Amino acid sequence: MTEASATDTEPSRALTRDTDAAMLGGVCAGIAARLGVSPLGVRILAVILALGAGIGVPLYLAGWLWMPPSSGGPSLAARIRGRPGAWQAAAGLGMLTLAALLTARKLGLWWNDAISWPLVIAVFGGALLWRQTAGRPAEPPPSPQRPRDPVTAEQPAPSARRDVLEKVRAYYQGGFGIALVAGATVLFLQANGALTGARDIVLSVVAVAVGLGLVLAPFWVRMARRLAAERAERVRSQERAEMAAHLHDSVLQTLALMQKRADDPRAVATLARRQERELRAWLSGAPAARPDERLADALRAAAEEVEEGFGVPVEAVIVGDRELDDRCRALVAAAREALVNAAKHAPGEPISLYAEATDGRVEAFVRDRGPGFDPDAVPPDRRGVRESIVGRMARHGGRAEVRSAPGAGTEVELVLEDPR
Amino acid sequence: MTESAPPTVVIVDDHALLRAGVRAELEGKARVVGEAGDVDEAVAAVVEHRPDVVLLDVHLPGGGGVEVLRRLEEVAPETRCLALSVSDDPQDVIAVIRAGARGYVTKTISPDELADAIHRVRDGDAVFSPRLAGFVLDAFAGRGGAQPGAPEDPELDQLTAREREVLQHIARGYLYKEIALRLGISVKTVEAHVSSVLRKLQLSSRHELTRWAAQRRLVD
Repeated sequence: MTEASATDTEPSRALTRDTDAAMLGGVCAGIAARLGVSPLGVRILAVILALGAGIGVPLYLAGWLWMPPSSGGPSLAARIRGRPGAWQAAAGLGMLTLAALLTARKLGLWWNDAISWPLVIAVFGGALLWRQTAGRPAEPPPSPQRPRDPVTAEQPAPSARRDVLEKVRAYYQGGFGIALVAGATVLFLQANGALTGARDIVLSVVAVAVGLGLVLAPFWVRMARRLAAERAERVRSQERAEMAAHLHDSVLQTLALMQKRADDPRAVATLARRQERELRAWLSGAPAARPDERLADALRAAAEEVEEGFGVPVEAVIVGDRELDDRCRALVAAAREALVNAAKHAPGEPISLYAEATDGRVEAFVRDRGPGFDPDAVPPDRRGVRESIVGRMARHGGRAEVRSAPGAGTEVELVLEDPR
Repeated sequence: MTESAPPTVVIVDDHALLRAGVRAELEGKARVVGEAGDVDEAVAAVVEHRPDVVLLDVHLPGGGGVEVLRRLEEVAPETRCLALSVSDDPQDVIAVIRAGARGYVTKTISPDELADAIHRVRDGDAVFSPRLAGFVLDAFAGRGGAQPGAPEDPELDQLTAREREVLQHIARGYLYKEIALRLGISVKTVEAHVSSVLRKLQLSSRHELTRWAAQRRLVD
């Protein structure tokens, strides 16, 4: 399992808390692992910093908060932010700060009583604001509605309402947080005597601002709510219009075509399969295929081309992927040729294309269930297999093998091995 | 194919048209004893009819095929389910297999192959479509070992060379008996390899599998 361990050590390049080797939170162990030194040394340094200068404790706590754990997942700070209950978290942080201050005071690590309350209030307000702005974890981008399940298709209405409510609450929290931080700043300045002159002015400004805020808040909230609701409605109708447009351009067109050509079952099957593929690609929201760059996409494109050209279903199963270089292009071309042969000689029978790209090796198999043939009995003037499959692979340092017997179908095997 | 009595089948799919189609296809090959259009109906139908095989759609109102499998585990754990779906989303496929389905085939499968698959599942074997075989090979490919913290079980987290070979042949479009012929083993041995892969698929703690499962909320 060497590959596994290699990928496992990869993420520890970033600074993480080593939760496996943790004494407390794993901060020291994580730093040691990052620097490549012994955890013991880092721990001793941390203790010295904590006891000697006092700075060690907050540093350690900050590390605990912001360093993500080595076992994966977000940091503690991100988790706190991501969870609902801004008020509780903020209150908790405020209390923790108060507790820390009181402890520090008791221990004699203290300079001025006047700082304590402003600090606690500022932390409380700051925490509220912080959760507010960086707050909600990134929601998944609005993906095109998957209409596969009628139950979930009805979801957006209630969730939009919840969104609006959440936004309103967010404004309240934000405003309150700002007020707390501002108040704490004023308190701090006043406690330090810096405000004696400006106090009256500041007080009156604050009083007016608070008064105005109280008066305007209901209007503000109502407007915000209406705006949000309107926006949600607009997004919804836009999505619906987009989906309708897409279905119209694709599915309805195909259905109309199929009705017209109802007398030709092969054409109908081809149309249905092409539409199915398109719709699947659209529903899955997968990134656009890049048949010019990726081997798997190129093989799939070749399979689709043959499927459409000959009206034969091609089941393409592809494991792994790699960049499309010249040799891979040759393999794709040979596979395409093999698919064409299969479609020609085994009309109507499904064809299997299987390809596997692993480290140092690409293999592709094209198999049909047609009548098969005796490979030795092929006249030499039939160049298809010899030139465009076997010859092509050989020119690019690969090999091709054709296995067939009358009545047992045909399989073409293409192999490319990377030069060592 | 076994020549014993035709297996009894319950078809679970929310599209009545498709149920009727499958029922017609299975005419003479299996006995359809019940149909259901959602999770509750499915559980009730299985409890009532005790079929040999449940043909289970992945997407169903009321929680999907995964929910049916979960509830059958409680009330009728001996039931054998074969997932039959239009979805070829690896997440759907792996999720329903990990929840306990004995195999997975797409709705475009031919009637004969479907009947064959039903017999196989009835007899306790696993049924892999070429596509499912491809997903499994992908999921068990080199990168990514066991989940950190999960008990390391290399036996469950890797395929043997033989299992890999069998899966590759399935993905290449070979039938079990053709695989047996090519590899010089018996059909029973091929079946045993596929069943063993199914077990690994259900029990392994590999990254890819657990990630797919977690995304479908199968594991906490």
